[in-house]
Amino acid sequence: MAVPSVAADTPAAAEAPPVLGASGAREERVAGRRREWPLALLFLAPSAVVFAVFVFYPLYRTVQLSMYRSGPFGRLGEFVGISNLNDVLSSSEFRHSLGVTLQFSAITVPLGLVLGLGLALLAHERLRGIAVYRTLFASTVATSVAVASIMWLLLLNPSVGLVNAFLDWIGQDRIDFINEPGWALWTVAFTTVWLHLGFTFIVISAGLQSVPDELLESARMDGAGAWRRFRHVTLPLLSPTLLFVLVVLSINAFQSFGQIDLLTEGGPNDRTRVLVYAIFQEVRRGDPSTAAAQAVALFGILFLLTIIQLRVLERRVFYG
Amino acid sequence: MAGVRFDHVTKRFGDVLAVDDLDLQVEDREFLVLLGPSGCGKSTALRMIAGLEEPTEGSIRLGDRRVDGVDPKDRDLSMVFQSYALYPHKSVRQNIEFPLRSRKVPAAERDRLVSDVVAQLGLTGLLDRKPRQLSGGQRQRVALARAIVRRPAVFLMDEPLSNLDAKMRTSTRAELVELHARLGTTFVYVTHDQVEAMTMASRVAVMSEGVLQQVGPPQEVYDRPENVFVAQFIGSPPMNVLSGTVVDDAGVRKVSAAGGILTVAPEAAQLLGSRGLAEVLVGVRPEHLVVAGSGIPAKLRVVESLGHERHLLCELQDAREIIVRTSSAAAVPGEGATVHLDAAPGALHLFDADSGRRLH
Repeated sequence: MAVPSVAADTPAAAEAPPVLGASGAREERVAGRRREWPLALLFLAPSAVVFAVFVFYPLYRTVQLSMYRSGPFGRLGEFVGISNLNDVLSSSEFRHSLGVTLQFSAITVPLGLVLGLGLALLAHERLRGIAVYRTLFASTVATSVAVASIMWLLLLNPSVGLVNAFLDWIGQDRIDFINEPGWALWTVAFTTVWLHLGFTFIVISAGLQSVPDELLESARMDGAGAWRRFRHVTLPLLSPTLLFVLVVLSINAFQSFGQIDLLTEGGPNDRTRVLVYAIFQEVRRGDPSTAAAQAVALFGILFLLTIIQLRVLERRVFYG
Repeated sequence: MAGVRFDHVTKRFGDVLAVDDLDLQVEDREFLVLLGPSGCGKSTALRMIAGLEEPTEGSIRLGDRRVDGVDPKDRDLSMVFQSYALYPHKSVRQNIEFPLRSRKVPAAERDRLVSDVVAQLGLTGLLDRKPRQLSGGQRQRVALARAIVRRPAVFLMDEPLSNLDAKMRTSTRAELVELHARLGTTFVYVTHDQVEAMTMASRVAVMSEGVLQQVGPPQEVYDRPENVFVAQFIGSPPMNVLSGTVVDDAGVRKVSAAGGILTVAPEAAQLLGSRGLAEVLVGVRPEHLVVAGSGIPAKLRVVESLGHERHLLCELQDAREIIVRTSSAAAVPGEGATVHLDAAPGALHLFDADSGRRLH
């Protein structure tokens, strides 16, 4: 009789010789997976339908529209291929909008990230009554663009707004934040930062929760001060979260519309006419094809930007 | 080098009393093990030495220096955490270097210290790996290396072996003892595992519910437990403790327990007489019980064979369990048989029935 092997004790091997039993099990697994396909599709169906109707089909129609001239009543006109896109990319209006969008992102993304991180670090401290602050910091996530815009419109109003009343009180000149070309972009950007701060705060707070206390205590005992602990423990372990927030904030910045429409309508002198707002104006002007070409350009830019962010920064990110 | 002194230290977390009036001297170069069940306050005590918690009352001294309010990094001690707390994004080398870099040790000195400790702990060849690429035992060594690399005066360890498998734990115990001898540093080691305490400690401090129960060399704590808690916490299987009444047998005090009469040592008998005690708790270790012609009657329920020894699980008249440990060579009655259990007078431990304190 052969010496019993460990494998011979397993249930599968009890019915068949060990080698056959193993490969049989693999075949069975593959077959099982194949059998589960219809079920998997069934579970995926609802979200697939939603994506198809609200994302993929509109995307397809936009790309299609961008390749035709605008016809009457929103119909497709003459096929022109990528010449709409070429026109858009070479137009000074598009370049201006792209420049505004880049400026807008350059303000909102770093500021949003740093403020969100700062608030999350503050709220992470174990202090009395900190839960109240956590709720407050997170509250903008439940605020709609419209509500936030109207609120800031009122606060920044040159004649009745609280901010200008404060400027009066400290003896400064009143500022027409919405209509002064030097201020308008900052105003819209600041509103955007404020609006996204709740989301940023919540996501980074969740990231902080996952940094083990023992690591920070160990760093403390290893002689690391607060900054060194942050730099060498918290920040590396938080890096996947920060990368995620960076990508989302960038996409948000490029897609901002509501607050611009409600606060400045792209003005003054197109100083706040970001890409999405330009697309909107194009549609209003009755040229959906140019708008579609701009949308395709925006999509391409965002796509590239996101890939670059992920590629470049992923190397510096530590996944646990 | 330095000892550690707890001077009537109490620690409360809100309403919870974690450590209650702890008064304990850890001698210089000693290997002291804080032993107790989970929640007994041993880890809190260790964290107070580390400076990760501050005492609510009392003070702690390292050497002759009071360290209340002194930042952990300025206490000249290091710690190995239960989870090892290795920095997951840093290589083994970077992990070990971290305390040196934090303290701005010059590069040449740093390299010398690191290669020293790496050689000592057999980590050569692993320096460029990340912690997740290491086995549990290797991680544990890296944690040790990081703790000893800067030669602290006191070395703290919080259950450092609990994440290792049984075999690894046994070999690491011996290595820790050797390491202690080689470094000549004060070790304070927290564990709930009495085997670790027995095998490694110069002295054991047993804690329960925040209160220090007994301090002493492991064998002494085993042989002369100060109270019922210590008696039953140390030893496996635990000491059998029965309630008994003091009886007078022709002028000699004996203890009647669970339907049998036990003869106690002459000094103990005298003590029982002079104190006039009526009730006592009598403790006897499983290895000191023998199956005899007379003594406590019990029914043998189960015989557990461990290879090198047997445990006889017996049921007393009052349905309580009593365990006897015998060598596997000894003859054992069949399961279900009624046996009589007896012990040598010197092997009996007598405790006060109310306070549970040792009487003799």
